[in-house]
Amino acid sequence: MILPLRLENVSFRDILKPLSLAIEAGPSTIILGANGAGKSVLMRIMHGLLAPSTGSVSWQGEDPGRRQAMVFQRPVMLRRSAYANVAYALKVAGVPAKERARLAAEALEEVGLRQVAHRPARVLSGGEQQRLALARAWALHPEVLFLDEPTANLDPGATREIETIIKAFDASGTKIVMSTHNLGQARRLGDEVLYLHEGRVVERAPIERFFAQPSAPEARAFIKGELPWV
Amino acid sequence: MLDDPRLWQIVALSMAVSLSAVAIATLIGMPLGAAIAVGRFPGRRAVIVLLNALMGLPPVVVGLAIYLLLSRAGPLGALGLLFTPQAMVIAQTVLVLPIIAALARQSVEDAWREYEEQLRSLGVHGWRGALTVLWDIRFSLLTAVLAGLGRASAEVGAVMIVGGNIDGVTRVMTTTIALETSKGDLPLALGLGIVLIAIVLALNAAAYLVKEAAERRFG
Repeated sequence: MILPLRLENVSFRDILKPLSLAIEAGPSTIILGANGAGKSVLMRIMHGLLAPSTGSVSWQGEDPGRRQAMVFQRPVMLRRSAYANVAYALKVAGVPAKERARLAAEALEEVGLRQVAHRPARVLSGGEQQRLALARAWALHPEVLFLDEPTANLDPGATREIETIIKAFDASGTKIVMSTHNLGQARRLGDEVLYLHEGRVVERAPIERFFAQPSAPEARAFIKGELPWV
Repeated sequence: MLDDPRLWQIVALSMAVSLSAVAIATLIGMPLGAAIAVGRFPGRRAVIVLLNALMGLPPVVVGLAIYLLLSRAGPLGALGLLFTPQAMVIAQTVLVLPIIAALARQSVEDAWREYEEQLRSLGVHGWRGALTVLWDIRFSLLTAVLAGLGRASAEVGAVMIVGGNIDGVTRVMTTTIALETSKGDLPLALGLGIVLIAIVLALNAAAYLVKEAAERRFG
């Protein structure tokens, strides 16, 4: 187990104010907040793509980098087949060639892309590419999956498909840490909410309580659709 | 004139020299450009400026430098390469390498901005990242290869100095054009000029079609 993940006094330039928190195994964590609140930066620091300006990020166990994956708002696919994109990730992860084919096929099956496995990844639709990004993560069997607004560019149909796959990750025991500003999605997928406002975590609560009676005024306003920063 | 076998020998040698130089420069320049694009090391910006500046190397100066290296008294004189096609390939490789490396560096750096987070998230670092991006944008890198080929097939100064324009041995299209013009045989010079332009045009058209087909195929 690489969880819990601990952040101690982590800040990033003037985007994130110093914060300390732990991400535990289990409940799906939704990072909510307005644009520019620092959601993406916080997730990139957790995932190790950005180094914090101050403070420390610590995982448990060995080689935590290999046991986590991230899906971005815009998936970046290599100019090769859908299958080859998944196989590439497995190769980088050190999976022996014999097992790559089976794991990649399973992952593509899981996200419903078996039919298009041999089509070039870049000619797939936006929704299919995002499912392929999830297949690439699925094949790696990560303990933790970060998702940075994975459906922000997608239509409702594609969004539903993505949410189904995220639920399957959760059911398979992968810890979900996802940012979104879609409140409906937060409710459908989340167990707890981290609410960010101007680089601070102003509220952390179980999902039901967060929506029923948010304690931070900024979170209350956000839920009501009010804009306290204007 | 077109049925003169000597003419086609000259055309064939020109193409052999320039294509060899471009092939060698591509094999060295592409990974070099990619490494500079992706790497972070002290003096990186100076290296980029230098590389860009080397794109403008004057062919006669390169010819002179290679001449000095390969001449009997020079450090590589023992190889006996002066006034051979191999010497011409070396000189053109030196001319073309900075062009291919500099253009590849720019293309890979632009692409790296798009790929970096995703690749780092997958655990890709260093050489593997550079080579992955290089391979992924290989069809747009054709433009860099064509720029190198244009340079190689058009230059006359370097091959003239290190090749010596020896009839039947190191005479290529550009050196023949220069020679025949000075001798006053303008029809032959003009004919060779047209052949040269036609070959360059045909290679560029082929490369364009390959690139277009690849973009349709791979997105």
